[in-house]
Amino acid sequence: MAKSLTINGKTVTVEASPDTPLLWVLRDELELTGTKYGCGIAQCGACTVHADGQAIRSCQTPISALDGVKITTIEGLGGTHPVQTAWVRHDVPQCGYCQSGQIMSAAALLAATPKPGDADIDAAMSGNICRCGAYQRIRAAIKDAAGVAAA
Amino acid sequence: MNAPAKFFRKSGPTRREVVVVSAVAAGGALLVGCSPASLLGLGTKDTDFGPFGPFLRIEADGAVTVVSKHIEFGQGNHAGLAAIVAEELDADWSRVKVVQAPANVKVYANLNQGVQGTGGSSAINNSWDQLRKVGASARAMFVGAAADRWKVPATEIAVKDGVVSHPSGKSATFAELLAAAAKVPPPKEPALKDARTFTLIGSDRVRRKDSFAKSTGTARFTQDVHMPDMLTAMVAHAPRFGATVKSFDAAAARAVPGVVDVFKIPSGVAVTAKNTYAARQGRDALKVAWDDAKAETRSSAAIAASYRALASGQTQPGGDLKWQGFDQHGAGGPPAGGKVVEASFDFPYLAHAPMEPMNCVAEIGGGRNKLTFGSQIPTADQLNTGMIVGALPGSVEIETLFAGGSFGRRANFKSDYAAECVHIAKHVGGGRPVKLVWTREDDMTAGYYRPMVHHSVKVTLGADGFPAHWRHRVVTQSIMKGSPLGGGGLDETSVEGAKGSPYLKATPVVDGQVILPDAPVPVLWWRSVGATHTAFVMEHTVDQLARAAGKDPVEYRRDLYARAGAGRWLAALNLAVEKAGPAQAGGWTRGVAVHECFGTVVAQVAEVKLENGEPRVGRVVTAVDCGVAISPDQIAAQMEGGTCFGLSAALFGQITLKDGVVEQKNFDAYRVLRIGEAPHVETHIVPSGAHPSGVGEPGTPVIGPAVANALLALTGKPTSSLPFVKS
Repeated sequence: MAKSLTINGKTVTVEASPDTPLLWVLRDELELTGTKYGCGIAQCGACTVHADGQAIRSCQTPISALDGVKITTIEGLGGTHPVQTAWVRHDVPQCGYCQSGQIMSAAALLAATPKPGDADIDAAMSGNICRCGAYQRIRAAIKDAAGVAAA
Repeated sequence: MNAPAKFFRKSGPTRREVVVVSAVAAGGALLVGCSPASLLGLGTKDTDFGPFGPFLRIEADGAVTVVSKHIEFGQGNHAGLAAIVAEELDADWSRVKVVQAPANVKVYANLNQGVQGTGGSSAINNSWDQLRKVGASARAMFVGAAADRWKVPATEIAVKDGVVSHPSGKSATFAELLAAAAKVPPPKEPALKDARTFTLIGSDRVRRKDSFAKSTGTARFTQDVHMPDMLTAMVAHAPRFGATVKSFDAAAARAVPGVVDVFKIPSGVAVTAKNTYAARQGRDALKVAWDDAKAETRSSAAIAASYRALASGQTQPGGDLKWQGFDQHGAGGPPAGGKVVEASFDFPYLAHAPMEPMNCVAEIGGGRNKLTFGSQIPTADQLNTGMIVGALPGSVEIETLFAGGSFGRRANFKSDYAAECVHIAKHVGGGRPVKLVWTREDDMTAGYYRPMVHHSVKVTLGADGFPAHWRHRVVTQSIMKGSPLGGGGLDETSVEGAKGSPYLKATPVVDGQVILPDAPVPVLWWRSVGATHTAFVMEHTVDQLARAAGKDPVEYRRDLYARAGAGRWLAALNLAVEKAGPAQAGGWTRGVAVHECFGTVVAQVAEVKLENGEPRVGRVVTAVDCGVAISPDQIAAQMEGGTCFGLSAALFGQITLKDGVVEQKNFDAYRVLRIGEAPHVETHIVPSGAHPSGVGEPGTPVIGPAVANALLALTGKPTSSLPFVKS
């Protein structure tokens, strides 16, 4: 059953059934593998993408819920987004597996709250687990991208 | 000895052959006189590595590629390994990249371990001399080529940032000299730099090479592999460890659109499908009946109680189970009238829970056997694959990818999940690629945990307030038993960190013993291995002793280190305390801990308070002595990350069994540290010119006891079990 989705500014037609989580359509059908599977139950944030600019967990979002919704994935961020350049400057990634999701959550935070404080960062990023424990650099890179002085 | 060649004839080895070949993997302990690498490498294709050898390639445009024999899964070793070569080569660091070596034990063996593999925080440590020579040798070849071209003495030639020059004004890039340099015979013992002349090593320029790829979603993990005609597989595993498939009904699974096949393999029932979602739906639709005859059916609370009963002497060990001494020195009993401190500690099972659940891609048949995945011990994965498919281990190709964490989980001499993938791909046959995907639930409930551990400690203080007699009992499950490294002697991993502790060295009479009862629950090393519990026990016990003696815990440690001759511990402690400065306002209480593992000493001062009944850790001042510091930035990153990993486990980590079934299946029940709970770690490096040691693990075990010591100071109550926060 063909379905139309808007992903990274392009309209694409996918064959997956309507109940299929967006994550698996992105990864398996469209081969946009920057978005990761981590838990499947919206607990870890590795699968975070933007839906009309809001950070959502693609593992728990069936494609049937995405009519007319603009999806942006890590691939759609372009590589020069201020959050991405800050991530590189601070050498945030360790294993790197969670970082697409971290970056998408951080980009959504800065779009809504351009000068976040620590409490804003905690609230926006608490759904993203990093088992390597790169949290200190995630916080520093968000502040750097926002032009907020580190505490 | 040529016997092993016959092990791989026919369709597969016998059980005895498995045992013997496994012993080869152990480092040849049972095959005296043989070179294990040559046996394990049987079937390896000859490779022309080019003029600079297997670790270095220089492209026509002068770009430098360093080949890493070690997997990168976060620990930053690729940057450090490349910097060692680049320093001696005097390469332009901005034009150095790192690639992952293929499996080839003949040239890429870990020199500490005899097999190709990454573990024990050994990547930098075992590669240091090897890679310095690689860089220095290539540098000498460029210098030789220039001297010949310019007709000047080689001693007058300088190299900087990939440019070779002579005081006369002549200069040439690596690219311009490449063809000539490739013909210069490499020196056998190239001259290495004086460490005082290092310009790259130890500088802030040694930064990760993979940050851009990992910030743009382009870094390639096993999970991301797509190949033409590839199948995705999932496996229904038994809910209880040691259970086997009795029967299964595949009808509903086969009815799921996209499911291709359903079949039994040794570890369960496999479902192959055209994509991951179909595989998941098919797997969940399977009906499997399990045979629990040999399964673990106890609860973890019952296992813990049995450990305590052994330690207290309430239960006497039977059969082959025996107490083994790990440190027994001095004579005589405790001094009469001495103050006695008794402490006991219970540690739970811990899952590694890396962000990327276990997975593997295998192509079996059609003239080749190839694995593509985050292989942590390629030699073991080659060997196990060879035994399943009936091939020489060296003939099994492995392309190692980035792994989304491991923390020890991917270093499994049984190759559990990789072997599972090979079984499935062998059934599929014809070389058709199969990607095995584990769900988070598969990953978390599959075992290979940090074992449960119990310690009982009884220390009698002398008249001077220092320990005069130390009785120590450890009960845990052996990690090494049953692995090719388990030689039947003392399992050092169960006691390392207690054994060798300066506190025991400083104690006149020590009676330290360990007992290792079996259980069907598979256990494995977990970032920092024995230190995950011994650091906690030793450091928290010492604070309790200082308290009993009425002494300051820092001063008490200083005296003990002086008695034990533990100068590096003392220096690290002093640096951390000095950098911590005066106590902070705001209701923070400090706790101190120090530990050494894998040759690296870490001391921490942690600032802790209680919020809503949970410990909250603010600032953590860390001092680390890891010998020559190659990348100060990545050493700091490992102290930050290792501290979070250790704190996550100490605060929240526990896997429990109820009637043998794992109760935590995903991150909703297995709580891990999140950003708002993460401390701010300051890292200070003890200056050293010693051979470098690793930093991937040593940052993990110190924070737990530092927090426990802060809570002891705050509440007066010692901690006797982890995690701090009981769910």
